[in-house]
Amino acid sequence: MKYTASVWAIIIFVIFVAVVLYISYYFANRAKTSSGYFAAGGRIHWAVNGIAFSGDYLSAASFLGICGMIAVAGFDGFLYSIGYLAGWIVALFVVAEPIKRLGKYTFTDAVDAKYNNRGIKLMAAVSTLIVSVFYLIPQMVGAGSLVTPLLGLPHWAGVLIVGSIVIVIVATAGMASTTYVQFIKGALLLGFSLALVITLFSRGFSTSPDQGGNVPYHDFKTIQVQSVTEESIAIADGAYSVGQQWKINKNGGELSFVELSKNNVDSIWKYNKDKSILEETLFVTNFTDGRTLYNGGTIDEEKFYQVGNLLDIDGKSPAKTGTLDPLSFFGVIKKSDVLLWSKQIISDDSRSITVYYQNPTAGSEILKPGRIYKLDTLKGATIFTRLDFISLMIALFFGTAALPHILIRYYTVPSPIAARKSTIVAIAGIGLFYILTLYMGLGAMTNGVIDLTNDNMSAPLLARSFGIIFFSIISAIAFATVLGTVSGLICASSGAVAHDIMDRFIGIKMTDRKKVFSGKIASIVVGVIAMILGIVFKNMNVSYLVGWAFAVAASANLPAILMILFWKKTTAKGVVASISVGLVSALALILLSQKTFNEVYNIPNVIAPIQINNPAIFSVPLSFLVLIIVSLFTQPKKAAEAEIAGMAVSQPGPVAIEEKE
Amino acid sequence: MSHGPATEWKEDEKASRSKAKIGLWMFAGYTIVYSIFIVINVVNPNLMGLNMGMLNLAIVFGFGLIFLALILALIYNAVCGYIEEKTLRIEKLAKKHSGEGAK
Repeated sequence: MKYTASVWAIIIFVIFVAVVLYISYYFANRAKTSSGYFAAGGRIHWAVNGIAFSGDYLSAASFLGICGMIAVAGFDGFLYSIGYLAGWIVALFVVAEPIKRLGKYTFTDAVDAKYNNRGIKLMAAVSTLIVSVFYLIPQMVGAGSLVTPLLGLPHWAGVLIVGSIVIVIVATAGMASTTYVQFIKGALLLGFSLALVITLFSRGFSTSPDQGGNVPYHDFKTIQVQSVTEESIAIADGAYSVGQQWKINKNGGELSFVELSKNNVDSIWKYNKDKSILEETLFVTNFTDGRTLYNGGTIDEEKFYQVGNLLDIDGKSPAKTGTLDPLSFFGVIKKSDVLLWSKQIISDDSRSITVYYQNPTAGSEILKPGRIYKLDTLKGATIFTRLDFISLMIALFFGTAALPHILIRYYTVPSPIAARKSTIVAIAGIGLFYILTLYMGLGAMTNGVIDLTNDNMSAPLLARSFGIIFFSIISAIAFATVLGTVSGLICASSGAVAHDIMDRFIGIKMTDRKKVFSGKIASIVVGVIAMILGIVFKNMNVSYLVGWAFAVAASANLPAILMILFWKKTTAKGVVASISVGLVSALALILLSQKTFNEVYNIPNVIAPIQINNPAIFSVPLSFLVLIIVSLFTQPKKAAEAEIAGMAVSQPGPVAIEEKE
Repeated sequence: MSHGPATEWKEDEKASRSKAKIGLWMFAGYTIVYSIFIVINVVNPNLMGLNMGMLNLAIVFGFGLIFLALILALIYNAVCGYIEEKTLRIEKLAKKHSGEGAK
């Protein structure tokens, strides 16, 4: 669909950027020491840090990706919300306080605290950089995608704007400004998401949603079929001439499409054999000469409709409800039928057509898993689809507490108690937001706002159905979402380069000021790399990279963190081996998976060696196993062992840490 | 290259151990509930559609996991706060007694 920039969106965006830049300027003098730059001086209040955690964690993948996934597939998208939130339990109960006790500025500090080992420093820093880059790419691509509807600028401009602002934020005041940007963004995101859901309840449901009277509901047409043979199809409406037909085998059934023409305008229809009718579809045609048509017209003709509605409400159509509440919202959907849309790509010599066809589904089916993750044998589940689901849930559960840009937030508060309290605030904020994602996603699904060519825009488009100002605010917040998360990622990467590698691994002698200067230069370099990646990966579906970042973090970092904390026999060599094997095995499994073959290498017809798409189910246990075996084979001699045992993490850290280097 | 944590604080070793132990137990409890959610989805996905008033099991379990996380977090914080306070009281008493002994 065509997006046009609104003046309000531009004004709100400019105000937000001005506030962010002022914050960076205001905190710039706090970032003159390493502690100030990398850890905001460890002086952030736990409540502020908790909301900043929310701002850091709730990335574009959460706000745009999950809402979009729920809007087109229902409950399966909410599985991400559950897994992402559950991961904070690991952070709170196992990691928060010990990590605060052990570390100083970075994740590497914490894993290396007991050992002062060059191998650990290098591998932990490399792991930080790889996880952060996996996370950065979708954020930057998301920034580019958002800027088009928000400001009417091209994709590359969005990437450059975000990259430049983030470089200013991080290079001027490091974690201090990053913290307050994340705090503001987290608070705004929670507040306006809640407001959006409340207005959604007040609107209620309708079988012909018209976006509050702003956009007329498009009633999709049907045409009676008179006869069908192997070669041709005859229809009742003489105004149309019948063109090309396609028959496609899909999931054990046959899909049949026919091209009709009326007044020199082509359209594509799906043949419904049971009802003997043709059903109108939506389609995007990409010609080999580079032209793209939307429902047979150019994008400016705006012929590609927004979709998503209830077909009936409790068996009645047309029908509408009054104001809803958090329970009746689900109750209505459960008793209704929903018009979902499925996708099929058809190609011939001169064009590739993406057809979106109607797929009426019982509301009760939408409110349970199974549309993305095949778990029911009767619906095509295999052992691989089940393993994939388990693997994803493991990655989400164990990945959160191993994400370097999350862990560095623990160093911005004054004590382990503050670290714990800020995690609890984060759980409350993030939990509230993830509950709201289900309402926002299902709201988009049933309010006629989905753009099938870009389901990531579902939440902002739902907001637009309540008025342009709401849309502008939500879009500006979505943009801020990218800013907050990218700032955190660049801080983590900058710390890995300047503090872990340059200072602690290579051992370059630097004064405190020079260290801060190195951190700033590193953040500029990482920021520029992020901008380049954001532009290079523009046309790639990169949303799943966030899931992979969780898998790599869970495989490479979490086993090391947990075993250092709770197994006294853990050795430096065991930690190095665990991080290396976790990193390599997770990356290898990802690179050899079918999803990578389909969406990264663009070779969907080649069967990949690995049939599951998420590596965590293999790489996490492997990383644990390697750590245990290598540690057992590399136990220190008794005197040294006694010394290290005395420094176990369950003991308060400061004294022990200061002793060892 | 020597460095300590970004900020300095003092904490009782015994209190830290107690908190770590409670944290591990709570983590184990939550992991079990989370695992049950995964197992039901894999073994009997249709059970997730079980009617529960206006909701179904999938939504109740999903929201339940989110609320449970928050409830456990608050309980954990309360217990840790109690342990920290108790430790502080004992420390103060010990200091007072040692002061009286010296007199």
